[in-house]
Amino acid sequence: MDCVTANVIHQEEVQGGYQVLFLDAPAIAPHVQPGQFVHVRVPHMEESVLRRPFSVYRADGPVLQILYKGVGKGTRTMTYLRPGDSLGLIGPLGRGWPRLTEGRFPILVAGGYGMAALYLLARSMPMQGIAFFGGKSAPDILCVNEFEALGWEVQISTQDGSRGTRGIVTHCIDAWWQAADLKGRQVEAYACGPNAMLQAVAERAMARDWVAWVSVDRNMGCGVGACLTCVLKTRTPDGGWRWQRSCKEGPVFECRDICWEDE
Amino acid sequence: MKNPVMVASGTFGYGPEYAELVDLSQLGALVVKGIAWEPTRGNENPRTAETASGLLNAIGLPNPGAEGFVREYMPFLRQHDVPVIVNIWGRTVEEYVRVAEYFEGIEGVAALEVNVSCPNIKEGSAVFGTDLDLFRRVLDAVRSATALTLIPKLAPNVAAIADFAKAAEASGADALSLINSVPALAVDVETRRPKLANVTGGLTGPAIHPLAVKLVWDAARAVRIPVIGIGGIATPEDALEFLIVGAHAVAVGTASFTEPRTAVRVVEGIDDYLQRHNMASVQALVGTFQCN
Repeated sequence: MDCVTANVIHQEEVQGGYQVLFLDAPAIAPHVQPGQFVHVRVPHMEESVLRRPFSVYRADGPVLQILYKGVGKGTRTMTYLRPGDSLGLIGPLGRGWPRLTEGRFPILVAGGYGMAALYLLARSMPMQGIAFFGGKSAPDILCVNEFEALGWEVQISTQDGSRGTRGIVTHCIDAWWQAADLKGRQVEAYACGPNAMLQAVAERAMARDWVAWVSVDRNMGCGVGACLTCVLKTRTPDGGWRWQRSCKEGPVFECRDICWEDE
Repeated sequence: MKNPVMVASGTFGYGPEYAELVDLSQLGALVVKGIAWEPTRGNENPRTAETASGLLNAIGLPNPGAEGFVREYMPFLRQHDVPVIVNIWGRTVEEYVRVAEYFEGIEGVAALEVNVSCPNIKEGSAVFGTDLDLFRRVLDAVRSATALTLIPKLAPNVAAIADFAKAAEASGADALSLINSVPALAVDVETRRPKLANVTGGLTGPAIHPLAVKLVWDAARAVRIPVIGIGGIATPEDALEFLIVGAHAVAVGTASFTEPRTAVRVVEGIDDYLQRHNMASVQALVGTFQCN
């Protein structure tokens, strides 16, 4: 973990308002594990006291990529960043995705730009499985070629049917599951996206005896475990619950550890 | 203290959280997040909301309890060359006394900051900070319970802060810290619901800085004991304002979230200022406010 000033190398719009920001961050990028995040101090937002957390999309040598969409105050401001600008960066933060359990079949589940948190995992996986990408509409389906280039089969669903199967991503998963012949292997799922999607994946995982890791998205304060803003309720072995910090113990949790009834 | 800049309770965890990013030995003191006798879970989500130049919070003082804190964090803190100030709170006078007595015997605790003013605890803590009689009762009781250096932390939402400052001094407090967060409310206009699960919270950050400077000025003129200025410090200039109106030290709070090394930068900025103004020490600057 380090706290640095990173220079903007460049920024490009992928499609539909989704941006990729390329940052020169030699003190952080080489240390990023799949599923970890960085905490960004957005320039020109002096009235904002909080940083903004982003999953690391890619880390190649000293270069770190963040994939995001300008939807809030912070992200809209970020769309104006140009080469030569710089920003504050803390990272890498959080506990990322665990390694695939030997003998299990990996599936990735992404809602919208949730795929950004999964790319490094897909690239580091010892075997390729199936990636399920869901979104509202065709522009919300991102970077399919990049995952296919890594050897992953990508199944696409959109709610309006403008790309892939019409419907939500879990319908796609259900259809695949009914027909799948995994030759006795169990599934290990890795999911990042809206909370309702994570919960739907968790329900399937618990019913079908999958291991399922979900990366939760919480309002975050400090990003390092001090402020206790980003807590979520998790189960304890004695049947009770306790708060865990999504910035420190998370953002990745095994789905059985989360108290979904409180979500 | 090797310098007058501390990090404020609730904004720096218990130390380890920021230790990879900030050299703790460069801090004047580290005030840990509020500790009660019993472990406490704190409030439901959402616990914070960003506001204009501020942060509204109602975390609810979650903590591992006094014994849990000592077991989990004191071994770490003792290894670092930084004075540790433990912020303590309770729901009753007896709870304050119990936790104060306990820390008397704990190695490595430099002082106790007595939180009588957190606005987010419903069963009483805020009342201790705004009711002068209760305030005296709890401070007298804590004073009798421990010989440790005591620093009551004052609430900003009182009619006359000088009365509370004087009462604390009369109770035998060794110093004062102020201000705690300012009771506040933020509303989501789409849902017409509060932005925090606790409904109201405490406002911190640059938004409250001038308000805090006024209260520190008022308090510092009312007492002889040292005052620690807290509230919205993000730059060395913010800290200098507190010193000029009479604070002997300051604490950086919310700005550590924005920039973890803010306190260290404030230390450096104060040193630069003293050199520029040919002052040998912070002491030469304290209370030099010119206002006539």
